[in-house]
Amino acid sequence: MLKLWKIFSKGLVTENPLLILMIGLCSAVAVTSGVANAIGMGAAMTFVIVFAELVISLFRKLIPNDARIPIFIIVIAAFTTMVDLAMKAYWPDLSESLGVFIPLIVVNCIIMGRVEAFASKENPLHAAVDALGMGLGYTWVLIGIAAVREILGAGAFLGIKIMPKGFQPILFFTLPPGGFMVFALFISMNLGIKRGMDARAKARLETSKEAS
Amino acid sequence: MNLASIFISALLIDNIVLMRFLALCPFIGMSVDVNKSVGMGLAVIFVTVIATMVTWPIYTFILVGLDLKFLQILVFILVIASLVQLVEFFLKKNVPGLYASMGIYLPLITTNCAILAVTFDVISRGYNLIESVVYAVGVASGFLLSLVLLAGIRERIKTAPIPKFLQGTPILFVSTSLLAVAFMGFAGLIK
Repeated sequence: MLKLWKIFSKGLVTENPLLILMIGLCSAVAVTSGVANAIGMGAAMTFVIVFAELVISLFRKLIPNDARIPIFIIVIAAFTTMVDLAMKAYWPDLSESLGVFIPLIVVNCIIMGRVEAFASKENPLHAAVDALGMGLGYTWVLIGIAAVREILGAGAFLGIKIMPKGFQPILFFTLPPGGFMVFALFISMNLGIKRGMDARAKARLETSKEAS
Repeated sequence: MNLASIFISALLIDNIVLMRFLALCPFIGMSVDVNKSVGMGLAVIFVTVIATMVTWPIYTFILVGLDLKFLQILVFILVIASLVQLVEFFLKKNVPGLYASMGIYLPLITTNCAILAVTFDVISRGYNLIESVVYAVGVASGFLLSLVLLAGIRERIKTAPIPKFLQGTPILFVSTSLLAVAFMGFAGLIK
């Protein structure tokens, strides 16, 4: 159980795909001008990564080493196509505003990276848990960035006006430069948290050494 | 729409990195120094143009004809992946000089989302083959331009006094943000 929790939780902060590993960045800045888009993108991404890791982990012993990259790509592309078609059918508005970024999940390096580094070596349960951790780690960052940008840039949250009447929306935050700026601050914040955690772990290690 | 305006808008107004946030991974990863970034940028231009020239006819004549449009994602990514491989073999055998200078970047290009995005864009915008190629050159040159600009900034950053909480990657995104502000000035260039 503890091991599963460890696998799950590393995706959230210490090995967060966006803030620490710095992969899969494109969609993170592009779709975060509104919270609704961020939730849609996060859900789509989590779906694809969980199923891709699960399937590849199930077949890991059958996949020949030389042909693994094309096989991974086909599996990922198949699940991406499913998401794309489902979204077009049931949530056409969301699909319209996410645009090319849904098909681009296929080249999102987070999925390829986790499949190659984790799912192709571990059992299906671990792979699924890892994928869920990475997917949620991706989603919380997306929603966080989107919340900051939407509240400051449009004075709204999920499309509902929440700021007081006299609030003048800061247009900068909904435009592309604002996305980069908020993302920079998120990385900085996450690095700060990670530094704090490392320092605490080190302190604990030292006290336990002294006690012994 | 004439070809020049397609090119300029792809290069500056809708700059692939700064305005559309695509290809950020190689943008951050490969902009360590100016020489490397030029190599990467040229390799991207080369592959993007070839990929567009191959995927456009495949979509227009094969996928539409057989009513297999839903296979677009799968087909395009496979075409690009194998194309990169072919280009690599071809260069290795026939143009070893070019291969030596470009070789290490080629495998990385498969996962460069700019290329896949261009091949989707030209389909959804309904460009013909010539417009598509011009668009591909414009987008990829925009990538080269922003990559070289960031590489230049990074060389300056090395010696600059940076607040502790922004050191490392955060400062890169702050620089990118300011670069994007500058590029927003191009917005009214073409009506």
